[in-house]
Amino acid sequence: MIRFVATLTILFFAALPARAEIDIQEVTSPGGLDAWLVEEPTIPFVALELRFRGGASLDAPGKRGVVNLMTALIEEGAGDLDARGFAQARESLAASFRFDVGDDALSVSAKFLTENQGEALALLRDALVDPRFDETAIERVRGQVLAHLKSRETDPNALAGQAFDALAYGDHPYGSYYGGTAESVSALTRDDILEAFANTVARDRVFVSAVGDITAAELGTLLDDLLGEVPETGAPLPDSAGFNATGGITVVPFETPQSVMQFGHSGIGIDHPDFFAAFILNTILGGSGFNSRLMEEVREKRGLTYGIRTYLIDSDYTETILGMVSTVNPRASETLEVVRAEWARLANEGVTQDELDAAKLYLTGAYPLRFDGNGPIARILVSMQMDGYETSYVKTRNDKINAVTLEEINRVASELYRPDDLRFVIVGEPEGIASSD
Amino acid sequence: MRALLFSLTALLGLSAAPALSAGQVTTFALDNGMDVVVIEDNRAPVVVHMVWYRTGAADEPPSKSGIAHFLEHLMFKGTDDLGPGELSRIVEANGGSDNAFTSQDYTAYFQRVAADRLGLMMEMEADRMRDLVLAPDDVATEREVILEERATRTDSEPSALFREELRAALFRNHPYGTPVIGWRAEMEGLTREDALAFYERFYAPNNAILVVAGDVAPEKVRALAETHYGPLEPSVDLVARTRPQEPPSRAERRMVMEDARVSQPSLVRSYLAPERNAGAQDEAAALVFLADLLGGSGATSVLGNALQFDNSIAVYTGASYSATSLDTSTFSFVVVPRDGVTLAEAEAALDAEIARFMETGPDPEQFKRIKMQIRASEIYALDDVSDLADRYGRALTSGLTIEDVQAWPDVLQAVTMDDVMAVAEKVLDRRAAVTGWLVPEGGEGSK
Repeated sequence: MIRFVATLTILFFAALPARAEIDIQEVTSPGGLDAWLVEEPTIPFVALELRFRGGASLDAPGKRGVVNLMTALIEEGAGDLDARGFAQARESLAASFRFDVGDDALSVSAKFLTENQGEALALLRDALVDPRFDETAIERVRGQVLAHLKSRETDPNALAGQAFDALAYGDHPYGSYYGGTAESVSALTRDDILEAFANTVARDRVFVSAVGDITAAELGTLLDDLLGEVPETGAPLPDSAGFNATGGITVVPFETPQSVMQFGHSGIGIDHPDFFAAFILNTILGGSGFNSRLMEEVREKRGLTYGIRTYLIDSDYTETILGMVSTVNPRASETLEVVRAEWARLANEGVTQDELDAAKLYLTGAYPLRFDGNGPIARILVSMQMDGYETSYVKTRNDKINAVTLEEINRVASELYRPDDLRFVIVGEPEGIASSD
Repeated sequence: MRALLFSLTALLGLSAAPALSAGQVTTFALDNGMDVVVIEDNRAPVVVHMVWYRTGAADEPPSKSGIAHFLEHLMFKGTDDLGPGELSRIVEANGGSDNAFTSQDYTAYFQRVAADRLGLMMEMEADRMRDLVLAPDDVATEREVILEERATRTDSEPSALFREELRAALFRNHPYGTPVIGWRAEMEGLTREDALAFYERFYAPNNAILVVAGDVAPEKVRALAETHYGPLEPSVDLVARTRPQEPPSRAERRMVMEDARVSQPSLVRSYLAPERNAGAQDEAAALVFLADLLGGSGATSVLGNALQFDNSIAVYTGASYSATSLDTSTFSFVVVPRDGVTLAEAEAALDAEIARFMETGPDPEQFKRIKMQIRASEIYALDDVSDLADRYGRALTSGLTIEDVQAWPDVLQAVTMDDVMAVAEKVLDRRAAVTGWLVPEGGEGSK
């Protein structure tokens, strides 16, 4: 669940640009590190975004959750400072560092004021090259992770995601929750954490962007200071997960008033020539707005749910079309039937010219709205780099969306949407629905 | 998603962050009484257009809980000029996004859109301020949607049900004790006529605030607003927002809620606390510091230090305070005990730390760090124009003035450690508090 949301954000940002009124500079530091920069001196601070490809998918066998635990510990003491000392130093500077991990990347989101940029970066550098991983910090943070894992045991959304992932991705890291299990996390040692850090945080897999009150020359120096002593290489990246679930229904019994559903089948990658057609199709079927077909049929016409959405997931190791909805147990069966019928209608009849035109207007018009702050722009730029785009992509993106024809999109609809292949995972007490296998 | 915004959920105390400096904000009023705030930001060709109404769930008539929020949903169901859902379709066709939210004190509608579409947004928003048209079938279907919303966001979330119980116990007389979404049994009975009565009573230009933030000049906003909102007739029978107030509290209240879907026990203590008032924001500002000092940062706050670092009692501690509210607000502690620690032990540790803090006062260094962070947050806040718009909207629908919003950063910077201790003495009174335990079925303290 967390993975899907995170991936969606990346994809969504990457998919929207067109005529951005931003000037992206490609910067190479004296030491040979690359970054993208947008200078924006209006406000005296900088948003800096780093992503290390691999993330939690680099968990060693039997050590599920180690990269997640390690990530949570990066800020818990570095260099001469223990966890409290580090937090005090960061707070004195009013800087913010966020360390986060998902299935595809470990990310660092930093914000610091121009007035104390040097001190803030020195502190961040210590965390990236000299984290302490003190035993006391490990035990404290392990307790937090275990509490979080415990609360997932009775969270229907977590249970639905877990069951769907296991069916779809099997033994691949994507097939299990990246936070691990109580058992795996309890068994992790400090050595495991040190190894996870060495596997994950390396220069050969880092992507960097900076937006704000900083020049190209300053950024070059910053990059070398910050990452110069980070090791050159980490662990090899995993292979593809594919998509292994077959069509059918899996019910996970759970006592709660609503049935929480996830449904999907295999999808399409951004490198595929049909990707833009698929992207528009997803917008029409179950995209973000109130006007998708599924919102219209399931919510607006029948009042079956508060919200329903579909996602075109192109993460590093899978391509999946995924949907989510929840509805009270007595109406689960009707909801499932409407979803299936809409899937079939899209595959068999495609979309109309009006729907295509409306979706194009929405997607191309929504583009400039994404670039609305230093932090958001920094995240877009780093996602673009991870997806392999050029800086010029922001100016050509809308043309690619506008180039999709009705004939093309309806061909893609018939190939991509396969109602018989849909796997539904339902957590709750859905009336009149049983597992199919 | 026509979402609810619970006024209690400002767990991080962000509501207390300061606003933009005065220079970039322009304010004026239309002849029909509609207030206008313009926040200029030319970095991206985007504008946020919001209309805030000075009405929310706490203004509902008795036995009609949820009607403010239900009406918010129905505001998308068409007017004399627009069909059901057409407004959202037009916004999307222009590359924009739209939504709305309801709290105890306000109801707001907004669109984010390219700056050159501002006039169109105003035209549609002005249309539905006075000309809503509701078909009975649409009302019936949408009632199913809000019941599903309650099922998803409240009935399926033990922690949400727990907060509902806690507030109902904390507010004995004030309508803040009733959830914004409504009690299910009352929601089921809400009618088209209820919605229209609420609409006619509260939706008028002289009960609304227009907030426009983004790449647009104030003169342009004034011209467009006069064109689109200017002709709307003001309501002549608006009455003052006087709600039943909380009487003095003499008895501590305690509750235990058990739910089979809870696997991690937790405890919450909530106190009634003063809110920001026009021209008198000092106590609220001191409470912002108190929340940060006691439970702001896990590694440096009083509770974090004592319960997470010095002693291994909790996996999470926090203190929160919502400064912006029309009537009495709340100050809350949360403790999630570590595995093997009982709630009774965790609560005893919480009380011991509060008592110790009352004896020793804040660590001056920590006080300084918090002040620095609050000052810096003014700079960071300039990066998010929607958030700035939000601050003005929330303040102006909560009994505050533009001057109060603009004075708030300075009021915060003027807070002293003595101010914090004075307000702590006043607020942290167990006789005005509710303490709740949320436990698994058959868990600690359950009957």
